[in-house]
Amino acid sequence: MQQRDRTTPAVQGVPVAGPATSSAPHVPSPALPPPRSEVGVMGWLKHNLFSSWQNALLTVFGIWIIYKVVPPAIDWTIFSAVWSGNDAGPCRVEGVGACWPFVQAKFAQFIYGRYPDAERWRVNLTFAIALSVLIPLIIPRFPGKRYIALFGLLVVPVVGSTLLSGGTLGLQHVPTELWGGLMVSLIVASVGIAGSFPVGIVLALGRRSRMPIARWASILFIEFVRAVPLITILFMSSVMLPLFLPDGVSFDKLLRALIAVMLFSGAYMAETIRGGLQAIPRGQFEAADALGLGYAQKMGLIVLPQALKLVIPGICNSFVGLAKDTSLVLIIGIFDLLGIIQLNLTDAKWFAPNVPMTGYVFAALIFWTICFGISRYSSWLERRLAAGEQR
Amino acid sequence: MATMSKPDRTPKGGNDFLSMINRREVREVIYQIIIVVVLAAFFWMIVTNTINNLQKQNIASGFGFWDEIAGFDISQTLIDYTARSSYGRAFWVGLLNTVVVSAIGIVLATLVGFTMGMARLSSNWLIARIGTVYVEIARNVPLLLQLLVWYFAVLKPLPEVFRRDAAGNFVTVDGKRVSGSIEFFNGVLLNNRGLYMPRPEWKDGSLMMLWALLAGIAASILIAIWARRRQMATGQRFPVFLTSLALIVLLPIATFFLMGRPVTLEYPVLGRFNLGGGLVVQPEFMALLLGLVFYTGAYIAEIVRAGIQGVGKGQKEAARALGLSTGQMLRLVVIPQAMRIIIPPLTSQYLNLTKNSSLAVAIGYPDLVAVFAGTVLNQTGQAIEVIFITMLVYLTLSLTTSLFMNWFNARMALVER
Repeated sequence: MQQRDRTTPAVQGVPVAGPATSSAPHVPSPALPPPRSEVGVMGWLKHNLFSSWQNALLTVFGIWIIYKVVPPAIDWTIFSAVWSGNDAGPCRVEGVGACWPFVQAKFAQFIYGRYPDAERWRVNLTFAIALSVLIPLIIPRFPGKRYIALFGLLVVPVVGSTLLSGGTLGLQHVPTELWGGLMVSLIVASVGIAGSFPVGIVLALGRRSRMPIARWASILFIEFVRAVPLITILFMSSVMLPLFLPDGVSFDKLLRALIAVMLFSGAYMAETIRGGLQAIPRGQFEAADALGLGYAQKMGLIVLPQALKLVIPGICNSFVGLAKDTSLVLIIGIFDLLGIIQLNLTDAKWFAPNVPMTGYVFAALIFWTICFGISRYSSWLERRLAAGEQR
Repeated sequence: MATMSKPDRTPKGGNDFLSMINRREVREVIYQIIIVVVLAAFFWMIVTNTINNLQKQNIASGFGFWDEIAGFDISQTLIDYTARSSYGRAFWVGLLNTVVVSAIGIVLATLVGFTMGMARLSSNWLIARIGTVYVEIARNVPLLLQLLVWYFAVLKPLPEVFRRDAAGNFVTVDGKRVSGSIEFFNGVLLNNRGLYMPRPEWKDGSLMMLWALLAGIAASILIAIWARRRQMATGQRFPVFLTSLALIVLLPIATFFLMGRPVTLEYPVLGRFNLGGGLVVQPEFMALLLGLVFYTGAYIAEIVRAGIQGVGKGQKEAARALGLSTGQMLRLVVIPQAMRIIIPPLTSQYLNLTKNSSLAVAIGYPDLVAVFAGTVLNQTGQAIEVIFITMLVYLTLSLTTSLFMNWFNARMALVER
């Protein structure tokens, strides 16, 4: 009671609520505008760039760095760049920037490698099919994702490899030695990530299994693969795998690289999926047991769907890593995007000081767009999933 | 976990076959037997195929090649090596080159990473943006591409040792060729053959400087222990860091002058055909180091940022409430807790850097993979032995690093009382 009494005067003190008295009600004078140094552009500058003298010094340093880097870069790519020409002649002039005719002339090669001109529609078609599967998959709430994913994992590889390689259905056979450029980079990355799923799920389940032999076999494989560089595994696939096979059986070089990439990313995928499995509460396992589900039903219907959803951002990050790692196949003589650019740099017709940088900048732009796009998508998804958990 | 065993539904005394294989324990044994058989069959197939193939190709397996003469040169050797040395010696040269580039790379990438991580957290908008742009560029471009850029597009087009005119002839003054290198300071030159620096020459008495350095380090450790004890007992603090810095830096310098300046610098000199003398950092090494540091630094920056952001806000507020200054707050409260978050992923970045140094093969830096799994494998044809040894080395490096880091992590871990 007493406490309530104490608050009463304060309530009465509010001018509007107060009883009408002889004097006019107190009206507060309007607030003064904030000082001009605290709002608007000036305020922003003061708070974010010049809040103290150390900060001001850092700002000056930052401006100096930008001044040193940005104008020369823009000048190199646009204003002093050579934009037309049939060979590197105009690019050999002192002081010119990027040599874009090099990219123009070789563009088709950078995308398709030495794939025959007349057959390139097959590559485009495969790419279109892959995109038509991928786009519904990355849109949240798109209906029937499970079937689209199954279609993507089971049907698309068969259709794609038939289309690309040919030899049946009246299609001309195109050996993989002729494949190259961005097409190979994308094939290696997407086959690697798709193939790493089954490998990763089996290894992750194996690592968490009750059976000691399954567990130790999985641990050994995962830790071994993660401890060695991808390049040694690629070397192994290119020089050792032929020795492992029975006489007369031989694998295509690209296929060997694909197997290596699949096993490599499978080991990393296993660790990502294991993280998801560990995040599933024990009650889910127990509830599945209580319903009398067997191991396959428990994992396939209850645990894995939840675990895989949790690790989608992690899978995207693996894909970014893999997309970058595909460039390593050039070391074992497969001409992916970077490999075909490196090969074209030896073309005497296009020999000029700025040609290597131009080619690399082109490749970097493509890789950057792909990787940055996926990582943005992944962090957006992460926030979205987190929002779902917070409800 | 699914470790709860199901109720045993086997009827008492019923030992018929079906109910037996329906028991979980029995099935697990059966599954494992299947796994073992499949794995054994797989390896048996590989081994027999390999033996057959090797016999057909007349390759003698075994490590006999280890002592044979290599017959090729290596551009950067830390230990004595000539073309007449053995393959085994070439292996050690490659391994040392890998270790050197990884060790220097780890130190520099840590510096870059911590600087850029702090930059991204800076209250200064511009600096934070620069940090973000750096991280997003470096992380999203393949390392191999970055290495090629550094090597073929940055370091290779540098000026030659001697200046040439537009027609490609050497520019001469009084019949002598003119230096074309970029000169930073006296004796620090950069050209397309590498970075030339003065080389210190250690004369008599320079050993004393090493002893002085060791004495300085030992004294610092003792002072640190003493200061800690004193602070525990009396609460008084002692400027350990400054004292140690003074001891470690000033003692060797004082010895340098006391011993009559036993260290002299040998400067690179322009000869008739090349720069002679001095210390040369090969362009391959520089390109590899720049690429590894630029790439890994971005990952470390993200780890550092996440670590510092991961320290609870309440911790900082509590430090403020205790009256600690910003520096003390960072040093005594924030960083020790952030390190716990930072160390595990930092370890895996160090391992990644070591593994990524194998990309050296693309730009011709003679690391383990380039020398051993490249040249030695091609010359001897001993694919299995060579790949096996190479993988074993990386396995050992990885396991040692993770063991060390686990130990370190355990030391740093939260001790709850």
